[in-house]
This record gives sequence, structure tokens and C-alpha cells, in this order.
Amino acid sequence: MRYAELFWEYLKNYAKTRLTYRADFWIEVLSDLLFQGMNLIFILIVFQHTPSLGGWSEAEVVFVYGFFMIPFGIFSTFFSIWNFSERYIVKGEMDRVLTRPAHNLYQVLLENVDPPSLIGSFVGAVIMVICWTQLGLPFHVMDIVMLLVFVIGAVLIYAGLYTALSALSFYSDAPTGIVPLMYNIQNYGRYPVNIYNKMIRFVLTWLLPFAFVGVIPASYFLEQKADDLSRLAWFTPIMGIIVFGLGLAFWNNGVKRYRGAGS
Amino acid sequence: MMSAYIDFIRIRFLMMLAYRVNYYSGIVIYAINIGAYYFLWQAIYGDKESLAGFTVAQMTTYVAVSWMARAFYFNNLDREIANEIRDGSVAVQLIRPYSYLFVKMMQGFGEGLFRMLLFMVPGMIVVCLLFPVKLPTDLSTWLIYLVMLFFSFLINSQINILTGLFAFFVENNEGMMRMKRVMVDLFSGVVVPIAFFPGWLSGIMQWLPFQAITYLPSAVFTGRTPSNEIAGVLGLQVVWFLGLLLPIWFVWRTARKRTFVQGG
Repeated sequence: MRYAELFWEYLKNYAKTRLTYRADFWIEVLSDLLFQGMNLIFILIVFQHTPSLGGWSEAEVVFVYGFFMIPFGIFSTFFSIWNFSERYIVKGEMDRVLTRPAHNLYQVLLENVDPPSLIGSFVGAVIMVICWTQLGLPFHVMDIVMLLVFVIGAVLIYAGLYTALSALSFYSDAPTGIVPLMYNIQNYGRYPVNIYNKMIRFVLTWLLPFAFVGVIPASYFLEQKADDLSRLAWFTPIMGIIVFGLGLAFWNNGVKRYRGAGS
Repeated sequence: MMSAYIDFIRIRFLMMLAYRVNYYSGIVIYAINIGAYYFLWQAIYGDKESLAGFTVAQMTTYVAVSWMARAFYFNNLDREIANEIRDGSVAVQLIRPYSYLFVKMMQGFGEGLFRMLLFMVPGMIVVCLLFPVKLPTDLSTWLIYLVMLFFSFLINSQINILTGLFAFFVENNEGMMRMKRVMVDLFSGVVVPIAFFPGWLSGIMQWLPFQAITYLPSAVFTGRTPSNEIAGVLGLQVVWFLGLLLPIWFVWRTARKRTFVQGG
């Protein structure tokens, strides 16, 4: 309960700071959408040269992308901690966070909450609906429930991975360059994973399970494919809980080792 | 005076060297990146021999070389400049007896040298072992490629500096920097060669500097660009390098006039 109150207070604070720089808000919304647009352009360009990608049609791949945008938008809203190592470790702001009673990760996340990213989720939902009708997929009420479960699972996977990545800076004192690079890898979970070789497939499914944020849960709604990825869809929430649990444990352990940067 | 600037290269190089462990993981991640695109392109080609003038073999080389070029020319000058503007330390830099932007360029070059020697070269060796990459055999292609790669670095850094300087005008240009990164990756041809773009889009790209960062040098290196056009392509890079000096000079001049330091 106290955490919900905190959440509300932080949100009010956020609104105040953001209203100081009003133009930036819209620039950010625009850049977020453009960013997503770029990825769609890539898919559209690719399909100009081939009718199908590993047995997936253009509408299906775009559908997967639309699905991906929903959890990604939610994740970016609440886990916008790209500059964690720089701001909290190098500049020492973690000390301030640790002197307060609320859980430190919760505080860090709320200090960086980024609501404009949610717009991406809406756009993703719209893309999904458009592809849904284009593909003539049947619709059941159950699908909405499944969608919710998958989205939550997918958000947890992302959250866990990026919490762990941010926590890396507790262990190595150098600001790591991994986060921006990870940004590239996450893209591959959006394409049909059967086009990759076994190694990359394995990495994307079980080690850095980005496939569970895109192609696997989305395939649940699509027509069955030869390799039937949709069987794995049920693992999405389970993977979410496991990955987030591990990420949080890694974070908590890192906080214990945290010594402060001095200065 | 010049020796002071050269010292900036040296200092940044040594600083990067202290953080070299990060780049070992970078090599692994770039290799995965290249691998993912390699398979993606294999799937796109299917059993077609060539698409948009690229054979499958050329495409593989293109993907590897483009990503490794990115390993070299990539830097965070935009972020560094924006941060210094936002926390106000740019004020101190401005009163020092050197050209701020030139110093940034030198620091970027120090980082680039480091990235080339400890990231790009070992990365390229790893990638050549993993994937069927075919490197050109004649020395002149290599030499021209190196020159072009240097211009890639210059043009990319110029775009970074321009993006960073916008922090003078909008206070928070985080979104812009992110957008720039995506735009450079897509429009420079790292993820898709410009030749694959639909006609109207590649038409627009001809008039933008992004293709000079990755597409032009990589197309020369993979042998897609006929040898009689190489001089023209290199010329285009030079033109862009010179052309971008103008907006930088202009933005820099306007920016200094309206500088106000927030707090600090």
C-alpha cells in the first residue's frame, strides 16, 4: 500500500519536472515512434525481396512485431534505467537511494519512470488488430486473457534481464558497454527463430530469452507452423517469473557488495 | 599546440585501455549480431542467387564488414557533449584555450584507435573463423577501404557532435540521440544495404550523409562497387565531411551565444 502511495507521489513529481521541458516530451514521443517505425521499415524492406521468411508471411512477422511493442512499451515505461551505472554508481546517487527505507530497485525505477513510452504499446496493439483482421484469424475471448498473461510474462523477462544487466555495474566498477549492445540482440526475438542455427536459437530461447518477448507468445495466436513454436508459448509466464527472480536476486546481491564510488 | 591535441588522443586511448574488459564481451555480442543477420539474410535469399546486385557470398561479407566497421566508428560523443552541456561543465571547457569541438574529435579518435586495435581487428578475426567471409585479396582495395573507413569515422563523429550540440537548445535531447542512433544504423546500411531500399527511399538516401558512414565503404570492400566508380564514392565522402563542417560551425556559433548554465 505504501508502495502504491510512493508510486503516485513519484508520478506527480515526474509530471512536474517534465512540464518544465514541455517540448522535450513531444520530441521523446516522436522519437519513440520513429524508433519503432525504423524497425517496421526494416521488415517491410526485407519483404520486398522475399515473399516469406522461414515460412512466415509479411503480415505474420508484422503481427509479431505489433505484439512485441506492447510488452516493450510497458517495460520501457517502468524500467528506463539505461544510464543506471553512470548516474547511480559513477556519480554516487545510489548512496542516497540506500538511505531510504523503500526497496532500492523500486526507488531507482520510479525515479526514472518514463510514461511516454506507453504510447508505443498502444501503437503495437493497433498493429496487432490490423494484422489480425488482415490474416483473418479467429477471435475468442480467451485470446484477450492469454494476451494479458503473455504480455506480463514478456515484461517480466525484459525486466529481469535488464535488472541483471544494470546490476552488473555493482560487480565491475567500469561502466559497461553491454547495455546498448544488448539492445541489438533483443531485436532477433522478433523474427521467426527457426531461421537461425541451433546455437543462436538456443541462446534466444533459453539464455537471453528474447524469443519469449516476441515470436513465441505471438505464434500462439497465429496459424500453426511446421515446427509449432506455439507449444512453447505457455512457458512465457514461467520464464518471466524465473528470469525476473534471477535478475532481482542478482541485483540484491549486487547491492550488498556496493561500496560507493567515494568522492 | 598540435601536440596538446595529440595528447587528447593518447589520453583517451589509455583511458579506454583501462576499461578494455568491456570490449571482450563486445566482441562476443558483435559476433552474435553478425550471426543473427547472417542467418536472417540466408533466409531472405532462400535459394535465390543474388538480390539487389549482392550475391549471397557478398552479402555475408557485407554484414561482417559493416558491423565491424561500426565497432570502429561508433562513439558516444553526442552523449558526452550533451552531458557536459546539461551539467554545466561545458562552461569550464569554453574558457580553456583550445577548441572544444576539436578536442572532442580528438578524444573520439583516441577511442576509435582503441576500438580498431582491440575491438575491430580481433572481432574480424573471430568472425572470419565463424562465418564464410571472403576478404578481398588485392592490397589497393584494402588501402582504399582504410581511407574510407577513416572518413566513416569523421562523418559519424560529425553527426554525433551535431546531435550532442542540440542539448544547447532543448536541454534534454535524450530522445533525439536515441533517434539518431537508430537512424544511423538503418540509413547508413548496417542492417540493410541501401541497394535493398525501395526506389524512393534510396533516392532520398542519395542526398543524406548516412550512406557515407557504412554503405559506401562496405560496398567497395565487398567488390560490389565497380572499380571505376571508387574515386567518385570516395569523393562523395570527402564532400560530406566538408559539407557537415558548415552546420556544426553554425550551430556552435549560435549555441555559444545563448548558453546559459543550469545550476552547476
